[in-house]
Amino acid sequence: MSVKQMTMPQLGESVTEGTISQWLISVGDTVKKYDPIAEVTTDKVNAEIPSSFSGKITELLVDEGDTLPVGEPICTIEVEGAEPTAEKPVKSAAGKTTQKEEQKDTSMKRRYSPAVLKLAQEHELDLDQIAGTGRSGRITRKDVEKYIASAAEERTITEPAAVAAASQPSAAGCFSEAVAKEVVKPAVHAPRTSVNEAGDRVVALTGVRRAIASNMLRSKHEIPHAWTMIEVDVTNLVNYRNQIKGAFFKKEGHKLTYLPFFIKAIVTALKEFPRINSTWAGDKIIEKKVINISLAVAADEALYVPVIKHADEKSIKGLAFAVDELAANVRENRLFPDDMQGGTFTVNNTGSFGSIQSQPIINYPQAAILSIESIVKRPIVINNMIAIRDMVNLCISIDHRVLDGLITGRFLARVKELLETINPENTPIY
Amino acid sequence: MQLPVLSYIEAVTQALDEEMSRDENVFVMGEDVGKRGGVFQATKGLYDKYGENRVIDTPLAESAIAGVGIGAAMYGMRPVAEMQFSDFMLPAANQIISEAAKTRYRSNNEWSVPMTIRAPFGGGVHGGLYHSQSMEAIFANVPGLKIVIPSTPYDVKGLLKASIRDNDPVIFFEHKRAYRLIKGEVPVDDYTIPLGTADVKRVGTDVTVITYGLMVHYAMQAADKLAAEGISTHILDLRTVYPLDKEAIIEAARKTGKVLLLTEDTKEGSVISEAAAIIAENCLFDLDAPIRRLAAPDAPAMPYAGPLEHAFMVKPEQVEKEIRNLAEF
Repeated sequence: MSVKQMTMPQLGESVTEGTISQWLISVGDTVKKYDPIAEVTTDKVNAEIPSSFSGKITELLVDEGDTLPVGEPICTIEVEGAEPTAEKPVKSAAGKTTQKEEQKDTSMKRRYSPAVLKLAQEHELDLDQIAGTGRSGRITRKDVEKYIASAAEERTITEPAAVAAASQPSAAGCFSEAVAKEVVKPAVHAPRTSVNEAGDRVVALTGVRRAIASNMLRSKHEIPHAWTMIEVDVTNLVNYRNQIKGAFFKKEGHKLTYLPFFIKAIVTALKEFPRINSTWAGDKIIEKKVINISLAVAADEALYVPVIKHADEKSIKGLAFAVDELAANVRENRLFPDDMQGGTFTVNNTGSFGSIQSQPIINYPQAAILSIESIVKRPIVINNMIAIRDMVNLCISIDHRVLDGLITGRFLARVKELLETINPENTPIY
Repeated sequence: MQLPVLSYIEAVTQALDEEMSRDENVFVMGEDVGKRGGVFQATKGLYDKYGENRVIDTPLAESAIAGVGIGAAMYGMRPVAEMQFSDFMLPAANQIISEAAKTRYRSNNEWSVPMTIRAPFGGGVHGGLYHSQSMEAIFANVPGLKIVIPSTPYDVKGLLKASIRDNDPVIFFEHKRAYRLIKGEVPVDDYTIPLGTADVKRVGTDVTVITYGLMVHYAMQAADKLAAEGISTHILDLRTVYPLDKEAIIEAARKTGKVLLLTEDTKEGSVISEAAAIIAENCLFDLDAPIRRLAAPDAPAMPYAGPLEHAFMVKPEQVEKEIRNLAEF
């Protein structure tokens, strides 16, 4: 006795799947070889499948109406006879023999590809200092690229990988000066007289934390920060968003938060005030043409600033999707260095922590950073009457070498104007 | 809005239908394309819709199919000639290579041949030696011709319409196995895809795969599996295999410095061999590993016997192995 499988036959060239339209037998039936057992439909032919064996049907593996690829099992037949448990593919155990562990073979360590040599030359690298992850210890192009990137992070810091820290929940408004200082000091200068009292926990620094620390320090060291804040009446925005968020989620599968609307207004204002979207370059100021918005996104132990590239080319929907994607990438550890480069202005959604005021540290080498605080209902005087309005504070830190109060004030006033006059006509979702 | 999902072959039919209704000079001809609707049903329904004068059943004579097409094209028509199987187009090779490809040049630009030749090709369908070959390399050395091999229903429609509207001869190879295996979204509107442009089907950072036709899907399958191991694969679909999109090939090769070239055709002198040469000429200092080719063995024909056919065809597991091999190099 042995059990055989019947499979979906190939019923013609180019046919790759078939649909069982009707079973002609049921479990327990006895069939003879070549007896029809099922009707099959493909988009080329209809046909009956003949049994390949004589025996008793033991199981139907698919239902009528099911479509399945050629070669998939459709039913099993118990066959008389003493054949060895037939059609199982006989895989030799030898094929799986213990893989030879490569015991620290470094025979390829000094075989350099053209790409590796070129990079090493361009960056004046000593290849002996780089660990090879390729076969037999070969240094791959990626190894060199990673080495260059990490060296840049540690020493020259051309682009910040991470800005700020949220190591304790209470430090949620993580851009505040006080918190940043706390983080920076131990990171950069090893404490000379560290005293560990009983019960203290010593936390080793991760690469990200180190990068955050040195970026913060550098920004605070080099950039003369100035700070200001405005309050904005976003009642219109709140009403507009409440009105459409349900439909948006239904249609797009993404939640529609306030953030895309804020980014849209900021980007529009940045286009009108290119000086805000600029960088200090020693003997000159460079106004950036592209508008790439760095977005502070919290992770468990750190804060990343992935970039929405060409934010000025995106609709509200496009921004909403971009924000969601970046946040997901951060959460799932899928950020690539490329995702964090090229930012020209940073937006920080501190309101999501419940903060109503913060003093952000600029994301070096940008010229300004803006944080959006919580939207709260407050009594406001309008036309000598008291009304309940949805209010939000926008806080901005600027590089005072690049920007002065006047232009910053105008920029903020414009953002305020854009936000306060939002309506479905001037701010379509698509 | 949800786009309609069509099979590869339905996209062929839709493109033909739309072009025939758009331009009365477009007509189709070939063996069994009329009443029968084509041996694969690619021209299904066209005979009833456009009549016997525009959907013409021809004798079993590929040389004549190509020759009549060339003549009609020179007189201003836009024939779409079907070779029932690309394996049988060699009798027409003289017409295609010596006449269709060279007419514009020989007539000093006075005449041209705006003809499209559709030809099902490819193996893995248990078709044996006369119904499994890849013929593109034979024609990929003939300036004056364009050779298109789409991989997805979307590309099928856009490229076939562009081929029909092209003012010079185009050979349009359709993969038999893809006909009903590959399905995808196809917009209902009238769009074309420029000939001669490759398409990045997947963005990655570790290994670049450059391929076309059914193998694009094998590469995608392999890439999906390898992503779980942390290997990121970049996939370029050539779409037009002659002339090649050199810029796209160079860009894709530079992207990772590790290149796997993949074809279902036999290896030596195949389309990917030319891609290898382009990379070698342009990308030396970006390469981080030897350029690798994965192709069918240099054997005379696809065997009929199932296990041998399986052994002959390039398989997704092989693609996966080669990509992993390059990633680990």
